[in-house]
Amino acid sequence: MDSPLRLIAATPVDRLARTVEALLVVASAPLSLDELADAVEDHPERIETALGLLRERYSEARSGIVLEHVAGGFAFRASREAADACARLFERPVERGLSQAALETLAIVAYLGPCSRPEVARIRGVAADSAVASLVERGLIAEAGRESGPGGAVRYRTTPLFERVFGLESLGSLPRLDDLGDSADEIRDRLLEVAEARAS
Amino acid sequence: MPATSVRELSLDLDAFEGPFDLLLTLLLKEELEPRDVDVAAIVLSFVELMAERDELDLEVCGEFLVLISALLELKARALFPEEAAELGELEPEEAAEELARRLAEYRRMKEAATWLVERLSGEGDRFFRLGPAPLAPHPQRTLALQDPGALAGALRALAVSPPTVSLSHMALRFPPVSQFLERFRALLSRRRRFDFDAEVGMLSRVEQAVALLALLELCKSGEIALSQASPFAPIRVSKVDDERIREWTARSA
Repeated sequence: MDSPLRLIAATPVDRLARTVEALLVVASAPLSLDELADAVEDHPERIETALGLLRERYSEARSGIVLEHVAGGFAFRASREAADACARLFERPVERGLSQAALETLAIVAYLGPCSRPEVARIRGVAADSAVASLVERGLIAEAGRESGPGGAVRYRTTPLFERVFGLESLGSLPRLDDLGDSADEIRDRLLEVAEARAS
Repeated sequence: MPATSVRELSLDLDAFEGPFDLLLTLLLKEELEPRDVDVAAIVLSFVELMAERDELDLEVCGEFLVLISALLELKARALFPEEAAELGELEPEEAAEELARRLAEYRRMKEAATWLVERLSGEGDRFFRLGPAPLAPHPQRTLALQDPGALAGALRALAVSPPTVSLSHMALRFPPVSQFLERFRALLSRRRRFDFDAEVGMLSRVEQAVALLALLELCKSGEIALSQASPFAPIRVSKVDDERIREWTARSA
């Protein structure tokens, strides 16, 4: 006679892992360690141990479901090998058709947020109204108070959905700004070169 | 193309549709935000219009250049109202420095956007569930399992009519006047006079009132005489015979 399927043996930590597993299946957004600990009424250290077991079990090439650490929490997603099948059945409306203007605005909000539309416009040199509205509608950025002073402009920050869509554990996972683009000195030298070439 | 036709250039922009002249009017009246106007689209419309014509009218082109430059300046001022003034105060070297700094800032953000695009294409095969957060508020403590019979008993106990409230303690009891008539007559048979206040001082207010009625009754029937030194002073009650003797003694004296 076949023995019953036992994904995880029945030690206390295994039982904890099963409960955490159940919570992650029900959740539609990443659950933080503290949220899991509160729900299970157990210590975060033990939850971490249980998550370790689950991560081993739900990993690429071992399962169709993968446990990932994303957006400051833990969540299940489909394995990458099932992506084609998923793509045939499901849309990805959040990131579909993001314009260059929207991506630049998103980058500015992600790095400098919370920041206002005038701040974005100052950096990009063009009005950011439609790009900001599009990002808010997609749920990638959200309002985060106003600038100080009467009639201060609305400020925006990125949402946990942004981190999830881009597969970031947190905003700290973004590359350092200093590592991106040319430095001001390099650009100034280039400007001077152009000016001298014209003068000669 | 006549010179006036530049302003009548028909435009079809996101923020505006109509002649160029009207667009300028709306901008000057501040009914339209300069930042919403796509200047490049206006230039394209003008270039297309010019391409349709065989000859190049420099006067028209010149006027267009002046107008479009003014429009660009308006838009720039609207986008950077304070910084325009700040930059104007800078020395050429400082302005170049500031320009380089801004260009570097924008270049970095552009690179960051490129990184996001690459990241997105790398993460394009990640599918996950999306939806509103299903997290419930903190669990509320529920009542322990209850016995329906016990609940019915508790309700039945509550459904009983309450006992009638007794108001007997609130009723006024008036003793009969005759009781005091007899009492005062008996008293006067032993003593010829007495002090009313001292006699009824220990009684309740209702009994005192009935006693006074009895006193008035005796006075009316001529059995007693009443005297009072001043208002609210003690009432002296005397037997009438005794009173008559005193009056007689006083008269004879």
